[in-house]
Amino acid sequence: MTIKIEELKNLIKESIPDAEINIQDLAGDNNHYSATIKSKLFKGKSKIEQHKLVYSALKGKMGNELHALSLNTIEN
Amino acid sequence: MNQNVKQKINEVIKDNQVCLFMKGTSDVPQCGFSMAVSNVLKHLEVNFKGINVLEDPELREGIKLYSDWPTIPQLYINGEFIGGCDIVKEMFEKGTLQKKLIENKIKYKENS
Repeated sequence: MTIKIEELKNLIKESIPDAEINIQDLAGDNNHYSATIKSKLFKGKSKIEQHKLVYSALKGKMGNELHALSLNTIEN
Repeated sequence: MNQNVKQKINEVIKDNQVCLFMKGTSDVPQCGFSMAVSNVLKHLEVNFKGINVLEDPELREGIKLYSDWPTIPQLYINGEFIGGCDIVKEMFEKGTLQKKLIENKIKYKENS
């Protein structure tokens, strides 16, 4: 089970419309990614809350279709 | 979630100041992310309890519900969920993990 970069970006954009997203496919297997996401929505939130926002945008795919996503969230 | 699993997690977290729910053991981690967090704690010479979720499928799913966090590893300090691999690594680099340990009166070694 894998997921494409574009699909990932679209999912994140749906929930976090102002997100500036940079995703790298770490292993070239559509399954291990690293993402840097910048958004105003992260303002005033803890890192845990910021990452949870992204996980919820991915609608349960994290840990399932998507094995590994290293996250770096930045307040914009 | 299953109340027995919840109870089990509550007990482990209560009995151990620093708990790491991980895939594999600190000596033989089975996942790079688990290894990374384990290595941070080892580097700081923090005494921690590693719990191998691969030995217990109920715990593996239960811990995700417990913290509302979809991935493993998960680090807890004095019952507080601190984060997964990315957050712990970032905290270590910024020194906020060390600050957290001091606040919780947990001994660690400050390496260069």
